[in-house]
Amino acid sequence: MSPSYPEAYFPILLQVGLAVLVAGGVLVTSHLLGRRVRNKTKDSPYECGITPVGDARGRFSVKFYLVAVLFILFDVEVVFLFPWAVVFRELGLFGFFSMLLYMALILAGFFFVWKKGVLDWAKRGR
Amino acid sequence: MLDTALFYIFAALTLGGGVLTITRRSAVHSAIWLITSLLGVAGLYLLQRAEFLAGVQVILYVGGIMVLFLFVIMLVNLDQAAKEKRFSGQKWIALACVAAVALQALWFVSKGAGRFTLGQPSIAGENLGNSEHVSRVLFSQYLLPFELASILLLVAIIGAVVMAKKRI
Amino acid sequence: MPDSAQILRLLPEILLSVFGTLIMVLDPLTGRNRKALLGVLALVGAYCAWIGALVSYANPGPAFGGMVTVDGFATFFRLLVCAIGFLTVLASMSYLERNELPQGEYYALVLFGVAGQSLMAVSGELVLIFLGLEISSISTYILAGFLREDAKSNEASLKYFFLGSFATAFFLYGVALTYGATGSTKLVVIRQAMEGKDANVVLAVIAGALMFVGLAFKVSAAPFQVWTPDVYQGAPSPVTAYLSTGPKAAAFAIFLRIFFTTVPQTGVMWGWLLWTCALLSMTIGNFAALVQTDIKRMLAYSSIAHAGYVLVAFTSCTPIGAAAAMFYLAAYAFMNLGAFTVVSHLSGRREQYVAIDHYAGLGRRRPFLAALLTIFLLSLVGIPLTGGFFGKFYIFRAAVNADLLWLAVLGLLNSAVAAYYYLKVIVVMYMQEPKEEVTIEPVPATLAATLVLAAGAVFFLGVYPGPVLDFATRSASFSRQ
Repeated sequence: MSPSYPEAYFPILLQVGLAVLVAGGVLVTSHLLGRRVRNKTKDSPYECGITPVGDARGRFSVKFYLVAVLFILFDVEVVFLFPWAVVFRELGLFGFFSMLLYMALILAGFFFVWKKGVLDWAKRGR
Repeated sequence: MLDTALFYIFAALTLGGGVLTITRRSAVHSAIWLITSLLGVAGLYLLQRAEFLAGVQVILYVGGIMVLFLFVIMLVNLDQAAKEKRFSGQKWIALACVAAVALQALWFVSKGAGRFTLGQPSIAGENLGNSEHVSRVLFSQYLLPFELASILLLVAIIGAVVMAKKRI
Repeated sequence: MPDSAQILRLLPEILLSVFGTLIMVLDPLTGRNRKALLGVLALVGAYCAWIGALVSYANPGPAFGGMVTVDGFATFFRLLVCAIGFLTVLASMSYLERNELPQGEYYALVLFGVAGQSLMAVSGELVLIFLGLEISSISTYILAGFLREDAKSNEASLKYFFLGSFATAFFLYGVALTYGATGSTKLVVIRQAMEGKDANVVLAVIAGALMFVGLAFKVSAAPFQVWTPDVYQGAPSPVTAYLSTGPKAAAFAIFLRIFFTTVPQTGVMWGWLLWTCALLSMTIGNFAALVQTDIKRMLAYSSIAHAGYVLVAFTSCTPIGAAAAMFYLAAYAFMNLGAFTVVSHLSGRREQYVAIDHYAGLGRRRPFLAALLTIFLLSLVGIPLTGGFFGKFYIFRAAVNADLLWLAVLGLLNSAVAAYYYLKVIVVMYMQEPKEEVTIEPVPATLAATLVLAAGAVFFLGVYPGPVLDFATRSASFSRQ
C-alpha cells in the first residue's frame, strides 16, 4: 500500500482528465472553427439515409426488459469474481472449488434461461 | 490537501448530478445525470479507501442498474409523462424530508465526529488493500453467505423468467 | 475449510437447494405432460430435507465459525418449514394442473423458499439471517404473482414486492446499525457487547427498532399488516396457504432468536412495544375479519389476529412464552394450511368461487371437504381436541404467568370475537341452501392426502401435545444461555 493513497490513482485521474480534455476539446474546436449550416435536412438524424418515422421514444417489447434483468443478475455474479480473482493464488484449490460451486449454481440458472428460450429472439415453435 | 480537493470535486459531482436528475424533463437525460451522480459516489468511496465498494458501485450501479433504468425508460410510454406537471404535491413532503436530514447533518457536524463512538469492528484492519481484505474475509469467514448468494441469484433468475416471459 | 461435520449441520438447506436446482434444470427437459414428475421430485426433496434436519440434530453444535447453530430451536423450525413445504407441494399439484400454471418453476421456488426459511431458523448471524430472509421473500413475491393473467394476483405480487422490499430494507438498515453499534453481526457477540460497555446503546436501540419494523412486517403484525389482506386474497390459494405459514413461522423464528439472544432483559426494553403490537394485531385482525365476504380475505385477517396471539406469547419474554409461541406456530401452520387447501380446491378454475356464500350447502354436497374445513376452522377458533386449543391455552398461560393479565384477558375476548366469523362459515356450509350453481370438481388424491395429513397433525397436537411441547420447552431455553 502506498503511503499517499490518492497518488496510487493518479494514472486513472490522468486518464479521466485526458478523456474529458479530448472530448471537450473536439467539441469546442469544432464549435469555434466549424462552419454552421442549419436547415431541415441537415438537422435530421440521417442526412442522407432513411427518413425517420415517428419518435424514437416508442415502447419496446418486454423481452428487452427480461434481458436487462438477467444482465443485472449475471453482473452481480461477476462482481463476486472480482474479489476472488484478487486473492485466488493464496486461496489455492479450496478457493477454486468454492468458486466452482458458485459458478455451477449460476450456470444452472443460465441453463434454465437458455432452455426456456429466453435468449431466442427469432420466433420459434416454443 | 489533495484529498480534500478531490472530496469536494466528487461531492459536487454527486450533488449536482442528483439535482439535475430530478429536474430534467427528459427521462433519458435524468438517467445520464444519475450516472454522473453515481460515479461521484464511487469517487467518494475511493477516497474512503473502500476500493471494492467503489468497484461494485461502478460495475453494478453505473453498469447494471443504469442499463435497467434505460430499458425501463424504453418500456414505458413517456409521451404522457413529459406533458404532465414536473413536480407533484409530494414536493413539500420531499422538501420537509430534505430539511430534516439537513438539520440532522448540521447537528452532527456541530457536535464533531469524536462524540459518536462506534463499536470496534471484529475484523481488525491489517496493512492490506481493501479489495484483498474483503476477499480474504469473504472466502474464509463469509464463505457460506457467499455460496448462498448464488441461491438468491438463482431465485431471482427464475423470478425474472416467470414474471416477464410471454409464454413460459 | 469446512469439514464434513459442519456440512452435515447444514444438510437440510443443502438438500433443498440441490433438489430445487435439479428441478429447475430438469424442468425445460421434461415434456409438457410429464411435469407432475417434478412435483414428485419436490416432495422427495422436502421429505429428504425433513429427514436431514433430524440427521443434523443428531450432532448439534455450531458450524461455519458460529454462523450456523444447530440446536433444538433451529431443528423445531426446520422440521416445521420442511413439513409446510412438503404439504404445500402436495396441495399445489392439482391446482397447478387445473389452472395450467408452469410447474417446474413453482416447485423450485417453493423448495428454495423453504431452504431460505430453514436457513433463517438455523443461523445465528445477521448477514446469514438476511440472506435467508431474502431468499424466502423473493421466492414468495414471485409465487404470489403466479396467476399471471389474473389482475388480482399481479397486484398482490407487486404490492408484496414493494412493501416487502421496503421492510427488508428496514431490517437491513437495522443490521448495519447493529454492526456499527456492537462491531459484530454474530448474535452471541452482539449480546456480549451489549452486556459489556463497548456498545453504543443508543445506536443499538435504533437498530433494534428498525429490525423490529422489518420483522413485524414479515409476520404481518399490526401496525405493519396493511399488505396482508390484499396479498393473501390475490395470491393463488395454495401460495396463500404457504405464505401464511412457512415464511411467517421462519420470520417468528428469527424474531425470537434475535431478540431473545441479543437483548438483555428483553421485557424491560421492548415489553410495551410488543404489548401494543400484540393487542393491535389481535383486535384489528379479528374485527376486520368479521365483515369480510371473501373467504380468503377473511382468513387473511384471521392470520393477522393469529400473529397477534403469537406476539402475546412473545411479550411474556420467558422461555415458557417462547415455547408456547413455537407450539402455536406449529399448530397454526397445519390448521391454516388445511383451511387454505380446502379453499384452493373449491375456488375452481381461475379462483372464481371464493365468496363465503359459495360455501352454502357444501355439507351436503361434499361431506368430506366440509368436515375437514370444519375441523380446521374449529381449530382456528381453539376448540378442545384440536391443536389450536392447546396453542391458545399455552400462550395465555404463559401471559398470565408473566403477569400480563390484561393482555391475556383482552386476547381471550378477541378469541371469542374470532369464533363468530369462523363459525359463520360452518353455519353457511351446513345450514344454508346454495343460491347459485357452484361446480365442484372431484377431490384429487394428492389434495385429499394433504388434507388428511394436515388434519392428522391438528388432531395430534390437540390430543397428544406433550411431545411437541416438551421439545419446544427444551429448545426454547436457548434464550437464557
